[in-house]
Amino acid sequence: MPAQPEPPVGCMPMTKLKVLEAVAVSHYFDVSRPFLQRVFTREPRRMLRAVDDVSFAIAPGTTFALVGESGCGKSTIARLAVGLYAATDGDILFENQPLSSARAQPALRRRMNMIFQDPYASLNPRWRVTDIVAEPIRAFKLATGSADIQARVGALLAQVSLTPRDGEKYPHEFSGGQRQRISIARALASEPDFLVCDEPTSALDVSVQAQILNLMRDLQQRLGLTYLFISHNLAVVRHMADRLGVMYLGRIVEQGPAEAIFRAPRHPYTRLLLDAIPDLEQVGRARTPVGGELPSPIAPPPGCAFHPRCPLANARCRVEKPAHTTAGDVQVACHAVAEGRDA
Amino acid sequence: MLARTWNSDLAYNFRTSPVALASAALALILIVAAAFAPWIAPHDPTDVASLSLMDSFKPPLGMADAEWSNPFGTDNQGRDVLSAIMFGMRISLLVGFLSVLFAIVVGVAIGLLAGYAGGIIDTLLMRVADVQLTFPSILTALLTDGVITAALPRTMREGLQIYVIIFAIGISLWPNFARTVRGSTLVERNKDYVMAARVIGVPSWRIMLSHVLPNVIGPVMVIGTLGLGLAIIAEATLSFLGVGLPPTQPSLGTLIRFGNDFLFSGQWWITVFPGLTLILMVLAINLLGDWLRDALNPRLR
Amino acid sequence: MALLEVQDLTVEFPGRRGTLRALDKVSFNIEAGEILGVVGESGAGKSLTGAAIVGLLERPGRIAGGQVRFDGQRIDNLPPEPMRRLRGRRIGMIFQDPLTTLNPLYTIGRQLTETMQTHARLSDAEARTKAIGWLDRVGIPAAAHRIDAYPHEFSGGQRQRVVIALALCADPVLVIADEPTTALDVSIQAQIITLLKDLTRDHGTAVMLVTHDMGVIAETADRVAVMYAGRIAEIGPVAAVIRHPAHPYSDGLMASIPSLEHRVDRLRQIDGAMPRLDAIPNGCRFNPRCPRVFDRCRQEQPELLDAGATRAACWLHAHD
Repeated sequence: MPAQPEPPVGCMPMTKLKVLEAVAVSHYFDVSRPFLQRVFTREPRRMLRAVDDVSFAIAPGTTFALVGESGCGKSTIARLAVGLYAATDGDILFENQPLSSARAQPALRRRMNMIFQDPYASLNPRWRVTDIVAEPIRAFKLATGSADIQARVGALLAQVSLTPRDGEKYPHEFSGGQRQRISIARALASEPDFLVCDEPTSALDVSVQAQILNLMRDLQQRLGLTYLFISHNLAVVRHMADRLGVMYLGRIVEQGPAEAIFRAPRHPYTRLLLDAIPDLEQVGRARTPVGGELPSPIAPPPGCAFHPRCPLANARCRVEKPAHTTAGDVQVACHAVAEGRDA
Repeated sequence: MLARTWNSDLAYNFRTSPVALASAALALILIVAAAFAPWIAPHDPTDVASLSLMDSFKPPLGMADAEWSNPFGTDNQGRDVLSAIMFGMRISLLVGFLSVLFAIVVGVAIGLLAGYAGGIIDTLLMRVADVQLTFPSILTALLTDGVITAALPRTMREGLQIYVIIFAIGISLWPNFARTVRGSTLVERNKDYVMAARVIGVPSWRIMLSHVLPNVIGPVMVIGTLGLGLAIIAEATLSFLGVGLPPTQPSLGTLIRFGNDFLFSGQWWITVFPGLTLILMVLAINLLGDWLRDALNPRLR
Repeated sequence: MALLEVQDLTVEFPGRRGTLRALDKVSFNIEAGEILGVVGESGAGKSLTGAAIVGLLERPGRIAGGQVRFDGQRIDNLPPEPMRRLRGRRIGMIFQDPLTTLNPLYTIGRQLTETMQTHARLSDAEARTKAIGWLDRVGIPAAAHRIDAYPHEFSGGQRQRVVIALALCADPVLVIADEPTTALDVSIQAQIITLLKDLTRDHGTAVMLVTHDMGVIAETADRVAVMYAGRIAEIGPVAAVIRHPAHPYSDGLMASIPSLEHRVDRLRQIDGAMPRLDAIPNGCRFNPRCPRVFDRCRQEQPELLDAGATRAACWLHAHD
């Protein structure tokens, strides 16, 4: 494994060191009805803007987290980042190369891998654990000969606190948390330095979640891994993230060092999210929740997409999409913040 | 927990289902009788030299003049009906198995490809399947059989006829497999284990074969079993209509057709016993198929 | 006398490999107007407890022992028909997926009026007026207009609001809510929890709130029961259980939840996993994972013992 120099935590996106960079990336899904139905009903094509003009960069050895509610586009970004989708617009760079050309080279493709949310769907039920973990080893020919492969699989399983003997079993013989360990072992098998983690603990119980989060932190420190960490759970994100992007309807509305955002959230949506989370330390808290529903990403509200739910919205917010303004290390896309109306 | 005990649950379900046990026993008896016909059949119906017209039209046991050596009676040429049935079942089962196997290979390949590739390939392949499904499968088989037979030189027809029949019946059955496999493939290809393989760049053909195929093959077994019954009936129908297997390779359908000529002259046994055998065979196979479908369907449990 | 008294409730699932005991002597009370949170990891038996109380156990599960008393009367042995009447009229139900409660073929207005009319003598016009009132109260905008809409015309959060209206419109004295916010987004979840809390307080309705989310319990419940492997590990006032958990399991559970307030280097984790029902260890069910285990824990199963402000099933609190 190539050793990465330890960067300062929460380093700036514009520094030279970046594993992954997204530059004005958009991704549209075609959600039109089939061609013939469109002809008969005279419907236009309908596009869903899952990701809209998103930019970020991830420094080596750090964790960049994306947080948001369902339909905000965070999982789409996870899939864009490993090339499962191709961006409709904008560029994704891996090690300063366009993602598609990076993925065409096995030596670079090997260095990125992914951990999934559902520990039940992410492991092929018909494969033995050994074969599941060995798949990347075989795909990249990192070892030849079954003894060599067995040894590597055994070491990988040990790294996630399973035993080499577990390799003989099938996925259904394991609990959710153990399956997620197998998933992590598989992701590590290609000897990556960049891991995309799409809600890796959302399907797990809290005590198991703690095990997996601790394991991921340990691995990051030991192997110098870089994480793109996707989650809807702000407390989990707070525990894991060095930098943070808050997403709403396909856009990053606020991004910056995680500590800064948690200490002083600027965007009204970030504040709403932080306020909405029930917290152990506020027993019996009474509150006034912000109303409104999540709009459909097929027909997002004009102007700032958050304006129908925003306590600070005014006429400008209803028509004009806010650009990112930088305040210190934090970038916020909000007219109210830019105009100083948020105090 | 269901998956944990999948195999033993199926076995347990089998042991405790009287229908499954009875139909499996019946199917086993018939298959053994067919498979070992040359060794266990009382006579050899293919040995023309042993036939004697003196033995013709002997009635089955239970009627006057019946003999123990011909429990189901004899036909117009003195052939033993029981032995003819056992040899006929060989042909029927062979044609049935091979045509279903052919349909499975074609159908699973097309279904996997359509489901995994999606888009225009999917649309094209599935419309073909849809169009074919609007015709009764026996019509498709009849048509395919007719076209190929006409295209073959006359001298080759008899030797190749069995392969033509297998092809014709196989072609009439593939859409069922293709549609089912496509449906399951659409579900499986979006699962995260397929994504995990795509992330590390495993080629599509290998994902289809090593990841998706093992997970979509379960329902194919069910349709395959039910399809076997259909294929046997289809072969019998073709042979009964006289476009199936040549008289030198008499299947159950051929026997029924021959015997049909004597039905109204009183020698009913020549056609009724092959007919009953066909019914029992298809019934046993279909009951097994139904049981397998229910046993594998978690919603019915 | 408490509104709901559950005593030694035991639920078993007979199977061909032997009988699995999914709930083992679960006992607790709910007072009138009180919110009891029931929390635990998946498979701990928290949803099963709710289902067993209202006679909605899925076959082949059955109550194998114990009693459930509601308003002083035994209800664990009620025949299906009186149980169904009790469920609609006096005990309301809210499930995780609103679509299991709402009939997709009827307008929500019809479902509300029918529910009210089966439990009280109301004219159609009265029922409709009351239904609109309920929709308004649960925060459906333009209720008078939306009453004639079908369930699929509502968003997930609004559907859960309608389900709350359905559960409360017959004026029940107890509501059993099984993971009512789990399927919802955080910002919507906060709205639904607040709504449920406000409405039940206004009507004096008691709530049994089943959830895996300790945060939801912290904000909503008066008391909480922590379940582990089919038994109650600890029960007591919510603040006491969260701040000073007496059972090592509840202690580990609280500590493993990442906090929004401060960041730690490592979360405290409970090693291992909850045992499966066919592999329950001897003695205390938590003993293989417990950091404070001693000999007695491996031999004897503890019952709930007084442990300061709470009651915990743990030998650390035995005083004999």
